[in-house]
Formats: sequence, structure tokens, C-alpha cells
Amino acid sequence: MGYRKVAIVGAGITKFVRRAQETGKELSWQASKMALDSCDLTLDDVDCVTLGTAPDAFDGVHMKGEYLADGAGAFRKPYMRHYVGGGTGVFSPIHGWYHVASGMADICLVVAEEKMSSCYPHPQGAFITIFDHTTEQPLMPNLIWIFALEMNRYMQTYGLSKADIALVSVKNKGNAVDHPCAQIPERITVQDVLDSETLAWPVNRLDISPASDGAAAIVMASERVARRLTDKPVWIDGIGHSIDTAYWATRDLCYPRYVEAAARMAYEMAGITEPDKEIHVAEPYDPFDYKELHHMEGLMLCKRGEAARLTADGITSREGNMPICPSGGALGVGNPIAATGLMKIIEIYLQLRGEAGKRQIPGNPRCGLAQAWGDLMQMGTVVVMRN
Amino acid sequence: MTNRVAIVGIGTTGFKPVTPDVSYREMIFEAARKAYTDAGVEPDEIDGFITAAEDFMEGYSIADEYCPDQIGAVLKPTQTIPGDFIQAMATGYMMIMSGAFKMIAIEAHSKASNVKNVDELVGFAFDPVLNRPLRESPHAIAGLEMTRYMFETCTTAEQCANVVALNMGNALRNPYAAFGADIEPWDVLGSEPVSLPLHRLDIAQHADGAVVAVLADSETASSLTDKPIWIEGLGWCTDTPTLEMRDWGEAAYARIAAEMAYRMAGISNPAAEVDFAEISDEYSYKQLQHMDALKFCMPGEAAFMVETGVTDIDGELPINVSGGALGVGHLFEASGAHKILELVEQLRGEAGARQIPDVNVGLAQVWRGVPTATGAVAILSNT
Repeated sequence: MGYRKVAIVGAGITKFVRRAQETGKELSWQASKMALDSCDLTLDDVDCVTLGTAPDAFDGVHMKGEYLADGAGAFRKPYMRHYVGGGTGVFSPIHGWYHVASGMADICLVVAEEKMSSCYPHPQGAFITIFDHTTEQPLMPNLIWIFALEMNRYMQTYGLSKADIALVSVKNKGNAVDHPCAQIPERITVQDVLDSETLAWPVNRLDISPASDGAAAIVMASERVARRLTDKPVWIDGIGHSIDTAYWATRDLCYPRYVEAAARMAYEMAGITEPDKEIHVAEPYDPFDYKELHHMEGLMLCKRGEAARLTADGITSREGNMPICPSGGALGVGNPIAATGLMKIIEIYLQLRGEAGKRQIPGNPRCGLAQAWGDLMQMGTVVVMRN
Repeated sequence: MTNRVAIVGIGTTGFKPVTPDVSYREMIFEAARKAYTDAGVEPDEIDGFITAAEDFMEGYSIADEYCPDQIGAVLKPTQTIPGDFIQAMATGYMMIMSGAFKMIAIEAHSKASNVKNVDELVGFAFDPVLNRPLRESPHAIAGLEMTRYMFETCTTAEQCANVVALNMGNALRNPYAAFGADIEPWDVLGSEPVSLPLHRLDIAQHADGAVVAVLADSETASSLTDKPIWIEGLGWCTDTPTLEMRDWGEAAYARIAAEMAYRMAGISNPAAEVDFAEISDEYSYKQLQHMDALKFCMPGEAAFMVETGVTDIDGELPINVSGGALGVGHLFEASGAHKILELVEQLRGEAGARQIPDVNVGLAQVWRGVPTATGAVAILSNT
């Protein structure tokens, strides 16, 4: 298929922290400025701006996209916000791809921002209103609750123990030690995870990513422009997204078929037939440790039920055959929802350019993938990139 | 790859002040079913779906969770644009033009009657640090802006009231409209002051309703329908959200969005080349301000155009023959949806009692409401 080629040519991320002094506008500005500076562009060069940010309830601002507009550099420009819940961050470059691949823009600034700390005392409160008002809200559910159901189902289906899953948390928090933006880099052991307090069995505190504030931005450009801006453009070769039914209780939670649908779309576009061999590095979304395993299976990077074994064998470590979340992921770097997804895109961008510093994986990776997931365990977003 | 995108199907519930009999999901289902029937497609033939929604208006965090089932989007590429329907349509247009999609469905709805106090909710859109502590009503901001617009253009409150009388009168011919009424300009000036010079009848009242449209590339469109309505131009723009920084007299966002759309459509003389328009009129003066921004007249002459009948249904440039937001109702994220619906019906020649004869090019323009300075423009044609 002859799509117009689109590249990422610049990137910027703020530090991820529990409670930023900056407003959301300022965080967006910092990330946008860094991204533009990284490729020697100014706002005047930007044709369109697109912004990703998750629930308005975090910031407590209605029409949050409008509020953040000038911080993100959208002053008197074509500007739109896109939104697919937790999958938003990886959807951001997809929306940017639409802008550039359609010919509407040659240079598109893509920004993702999240400020969860405004939601006091804890952003978990914002999640009460994600559930159906008639059938679910009366049960007073929260997110950890439903992920406990999903994690339990996953463990039961494949006969996994909590220790098998805790390895992901150990790996990712360890990887984050080398990430300059990381919020909770830590060298911990499986026993630390198992000993941390149980929030809703089988989910312990160290199984979960933190609440965070942060922003990230990238600059996307058409082929003609990208080749003039940089020697090392990273091409977006495949995009995919898919949403499952909102009635999550009707689905088998052991397998994310929406991630598979999104991945199949992206693989088809990128001409990938054997993802486990053709993809050299991946950043699946890991807000909970079991989710990384779940998503590896949905992305068809391994057979169903085998992701935990690959982790135990070290294959998913930075030195392994298939490095997964070399950045440290949401578990280590932090999880400002939309910004996390874009952080993952930026990690693949840096890895493919060979600029990831201490986090660089060996072997000159040529093809990488980032994925995010969101809504009521129903949304998959996938981007395949090559250098 | 395609070089043109058309609207091949559209469906709506119509618009009502309250809809206690249906949930928003049922409204969306009805509009979607009508749109797919109109296009002659099954939902599984559609490649991608877009909904336009804002969390707070929906009463949900992550409101996009609940979009897939009633539009047939389960396990399909689907996304939400927290913006106006026309912005969502622009995304759909780009998706098709990229070559990755052939057919996209766009959905927007308003269930404003579910919101206990819309004005208070809109208050949450104000800058939380600088503006919200002042607890301004959105209508106070509009009142200030109206004053500035009237000052800069020597427009009077009576001239703004003409817009209300005209639009509510037009709505009487529109079966979808919620607020059709036979009133005189002095009824507007006699209604209670809200934030002077703004009176109660200068302000559009909210309504409920859903619209779904199906877009397709040129090849698919030609195989589906004899009356494709082509998207000729699109523009969208955000001026600063900071109240203290913006130009209060001119609607810069509308001007820049229109310039973008005119460039794309190859229009150099809008007043002559556009046959009719649906323009954002959530407040009466906004229609006049937007007519200036769209270059339908010299700056400040919009009120004169309305007064002299140029914008009447039988005038040279009919504007808001549907009744606009003042006559149909303020639909929030679905504002653009109703305008696109009107354009499609007019351009197909299916607008019944309000049909404008011999129209080929129509323009729809929206504004996202106080406190935003965001707008979008779409230009459609039937040739």
C-alpha cells in the first residue's frame, strides 16, 4: 500500500513526578518546547497541533483540551484533542499520522499531558465515574478492583503465581534506574513485591504503577520535510486501534482481543507477518505488572500463557532477545496516563536512533512497537516504527 | 488513494428540549440506524468510527468507553474527539485521505437535559487559577464580548434581536427544531436582562438529540449513492483560551478556520461562491460576529445584511434557514452535526418546506462556546 511516509523527527519529555508544581499548561509547554528544540524548529514551522490527555476529572477542568491549547503551542493554529482513555498516549502519534499522511500538514506537533495530582486526595476518585451509572456504579467499584478480577482470571487460566508476575515489576522498576525522567526507579526483589500491602487480592502495591504528573511531545513530519530535518528519522510504518464492547463483564478477561485486533491492523500496514521475530523491541503498556504479560500475548509477541516464562528466562530484559519496556515502563518511569503512552513512543524512537544512552539495547534494533490500552479494559492502540 | 471524500448517509433523532423517554445510548442507536440505512450499508462494512464528546457533559470520566456498542463499532478502530462534530469529521476526512480507510462513521449527540445546571458545569471550563475563583457565569463573558462587538462595529442590540426573530421564525419550518417561535425583535429586548446587553432570548436554549453521518472515499461514494455530498473545504482553529489575551471584537478563530477552508475549496469570494450557510449563533451577536469573520460582508456590515433580508430564506445568501442554535437548540458537541445535517438535506434537495432553490455550495461554521475561542468550518457541495 502506498501511504505517504510519516516520520518522528523530534521529542521531549518532562520529569514524571507525583505532584508537579507546574500547571498542566506549563507541563505541556515544557514538553512541546523540548520537542521543537530537539529538531531546531519553532512554533512558526508547525502546521497543526494535536493533543492527547485522559479524563477531565483528573484536572477538574471541563473541556481540558481547550484549556491546555496555548500551553501546547496551539495559538491560532488548527488544533484538536483526541481521546481514547488510557490508550490516548499511543493514539497521539496515530492522530498525528492522520494529519500528515492525509496531506493536511507537513509538520504536526503532538503533545500528551496528564496532571493527576489535582485530583485530591487521590486520582482513584476520578475513576468512580467511569462505570455504568445503572448497573455498576451502585457496587462502588474502583479500578484496582476490576484489575484484580482480570489479574486473577489471567493467573487462573495459565496457572501462574503472584511471584511469576512480580518479576515484571522487578524488571521495569530496575530498568527505570537509567531513565532521567523516572518517578520511582528502584532495585527491588520479588519478595518486596509480595510483601507490599495487598490492595485488592491479588494486586499488591508494588504491582501497580504510581499516579503521576508529566507531559511528553513529539514532532511528526512528512518524508520530504523529515529528510531535511534529520539524518535519523524514525518512520511510522503501522498504526492500529480497536475498541471492544463497553459491557466488559460479558468478555473473557484472560485475553485482550482488542489489542490483537489493533496489532493485526498495524502489522498488516507494516507488512509484518511474524511479529515475534520481526519486532526487535517493544513497549507494551504496563500500568499493572500482569498487563505487560497480557499485552505481549495480545500483540502476538509470544504464545498465549507464555509471557511469564519469557520474563523468568530473561528474554524480555534489555540484554535479552526481545527487550520489553527497556525504558522502565509505567511501573518505573511513572504513569501520567496519556504522557506515558507518548513516553513509550519516545523510548522506541530513541532506541531506533541509538540514542537511548544507558538504556540502549544491543544489536542495532531496526523495528520497534509501542502499545497502550485503556477505557474499561477495552481499547488497544498500537504503533510500529522502523528506522 | 482517493482525492475526494463525500457524505453518503446521515441520520438524526431530531432535537427536543427534554428526552426523558430515551437514554443517550438509545438516541445514538436511532441516529446510527437511520444513517446506515440512508447510506445503504451495514455497520460491519464501515472501517472506522469517531464520536465527538466531552466527559463532563456526558457525566462520565472516559466517556468514550460507552460509544462502541450502539454504533456497531465493537472491535473496530474507534476514537473520541473531545471537540465539535466538524472537528471529528475533519479527523474522519484525514483518515480516508491517508488511504488507510474507505468509510468512516461520525457520531455526536447532546443529552444536555441530563445536566442539572449547564451554566455551572461550563464554569469548570474556566482557567482554574485565574478565572474560576471569580465564579463568572458564561453569559457574563458573552455579555462583555457582545458589548465589545457592538462597540467596534456600531451594531445595536435591536440589530442583534433581529437575528433571534429571524432564526426562531425559520425554525417553524424545520421539523427537527425544538424552539421555533413567531416573535418580534422587541420581544427579545423585552425579555429579562441576563448580562446586559444580553437578554434571555439572545441566548440559545439547550436541546437533546443525536446525529450520525457516514463518510466515504470517492469510489465507495459513487457506488453507494446518486447524491454524494462532497467535502470541499475544512478548517479548524483555536485562538488563545486565555480570556485576558484574546481579541474580543473579532472572532479570529472563525476567520482563520474559514481562510483554511476557503483555501482548500478554492474559494476566493465567499459571499458570491457560497450559496447558503449555517453559522454558529449560540448568542445572537455571535452570528453577526461570525458573518464578519467568514468574510460574507465588510467588517461590521453583518447586522445590515440581516436587516435588509439578504440572509432570509429567499435572500441572496440565506443563513441559518434551519433556525440555527437559537431555533433548533444549543447542542454542544453536536452543534456542528446539526449544521452538517442541514447542509446535506439542502444540497440533496430534501429540506422540504425550508428548501432553498438551486443550491450547490453550503458552508457550516461552529464555535465551541464560552470560554473557548475554538471554531471549525466545513464547506460541502453536491457537484
